[in-house]
Amino acid sequence: MTPLLQVRDIAKFYGGRIGCTDVSFDLYPGEVLGIVGESGSGKSTLLNCLAGHLPPDQGEVLFDTRADGPRDTVTMSEPERRMLGRTDWAFVHQHARDGLRMGVSAGGNVGERLMAVGACHYGDIREQALDWLDRVEISGDRIDDRPSAFSGGMQQRLQIARNLVTGPRLVFMDEPTGGLDVSVQARLLDLLRGLVRDMGLSAIIVTHDLAVVRLLADRLMVMKSGHVVEQGLTDQVLDDPQHGYTQLLVSSVLQV
Amino acid sequence: MSDYNFAYLDEQTKRMIRRAILKGLAVPGYQVPFASREMPMPYGWGTGGVQVSAAVLCPEDTMKVIDQGADDTTNAVSIRKFFENTAEVATTEATEEADVIQTRHRIPEQDLREDQILVYQVPIPEPLRFLEPSEVETRKMHALEEYGLMHVKLYEDIARNGAIATAYAYPVKVEGRYVMDPSPIPKFDNPKLEMAAVQLFGAGREQRIYALPPYTQVVSLDFEDHPFDPSKADHPCALCGSEDSYLDEVIMDDSGRRMFVCSDTDYCQSRRMAGHVGTEGVPFEEASL
Repeated sequence: MTPLLQVRDIAKFYGGRIGCTDVSFDLYPGEVLGIVGESGSGKSTLLNCLAGHLPPDQGEVLFDTRADGPRDTVTMSEPERRMLGRTDWAFVHQHARDGLRMGVSAGGNVGERLMAVGACHYGDIREQALDWLDRVEISGDRIDDRPSAFSGGMQQRLQIARNLVTGPRLVFMDEPTGGLDVSVQARLLDLLRGLVRDMGLSAIIVTHDLAVVRLLADRLMVMKSGHVVEQGLTDQVLDDPQHGYTQLLVSSVLQV
Repeated sequence: MSDYNFAYLDEQTKRMIRRAILKGLAVPGYQVPFASREMPMPYGWGTGGVQVSAAVLCPEDTMKVIDQGADDTTNAVSIRKFFENTAEVATTEATEEADVIQTRHRIPEQDLREDQILVYQVPIPEPLRFLEPSEVETRKMHALEEYGLMHVKLYEDIARNGAIATAYAYPVKVEGRYVMDPSPIPKFDNPKLEMAAVQLFGAGREQRIYALPPYTQVVSLDFEDHPFDPSKADHPCALCGSEDSYLDEVIMDDSGRRMFVCSDTDYCQSRRMAGHVGTEGVPFEEASL
């Protein structure tokens, strides 16, 4: 099987400082990869390099495109990369307001990606928007409300609906549960797990919350100071951490 | 002899503007940046249109200026006076006699010819501006033809009002490529954008010029199930009885009486001179006494 995403030796430097370096991995279709580490360990830099938001200083990111097979998204032209960004890729931001248009109704937010790829039948767009609001447990009568009238958890679910409406194959998530209270987090994780399984999505999830990766991720990558210090199956890494930093990370989780 | 250089601007400035106009004509609908000059009138009064007019005027030209279709409102009168003083060109109110027509918010009812130029005053040239505040991002969207956002605006209209409620500055797609703001003309005028005359758009404060060459394909954006509808008030003109011109609603008194009249004053007057009379009009000779 061809990996959906092959990452080879990605490095990003901020002047003399290391953003992330020597990162390589393969992601197969349907697989969920978690990236954990403390603040400043280079998780978000890595994610932004993979998603085309930041140009990496070296390395290649080969994505298995529908038309031409594996292609390097770093050297691919900007129109093609942006096209991927609104069709086969999705990016869920930590703060929903970074990923939503706050002045546009929920329906418009969900419909934007459809319209961006050429949908121009109002009835169809609205029907799909309603269907997706239902799938992320937002009631249909809120379709014409603006996201600013939504709670934090609803905004995050709306952001997920808006991203998944075009049926992407790869989802990048940057701390999708950050800033939500625990019960809302649990519901969101449940929803995400259901969607990932149902749609057969591949996902890369950046988080500092080990509970999130335990629930969602098949594989885990632990980062520290821009380097990957350990990777493996999630349960294996969390139950039997090898690297000193991973051991520290696992032992520092609060038990209730 | 006027103390001003012909048409107020110096020759180098006019050359610079002409270069921008030529580029605009070569890439229909593309917003060409230009070094807009300070003009002796406030922004919002047509500084962009005035600069474009100054760059295309010739001494033997006849000029017409309209504001919301009318020849006799403040903006039209002052700009007409401006060119009478600085360029000493002949001016007219008759659409067919004019070589250059500067307009604010209307296209004349009468069809224009190939030897005429229509100059628009544009307040905000960027059709995506109210949805995407970043100029860097909107330029990129134009360059990469990412126009999904324009449909989001129309979607919001339908979701809120049940129909596309945008009645002016209705976005159009030019030659299947650039999405363009046709300046705040009523959408009734959108079908007229495919015309024989050269159309030039000048935005002074925003420093952009764009253009439509004659007979350029201009399509108003819409949804398959909510097609574009160039609507107007459902009345005939009260003065000339015209059924197919764009109408202004005029409040007559404080008890709610109102009247619909042609917004294009020259069109209305020439119809009345030809003997057409509306329900509240009087024959032309009598009115002119």
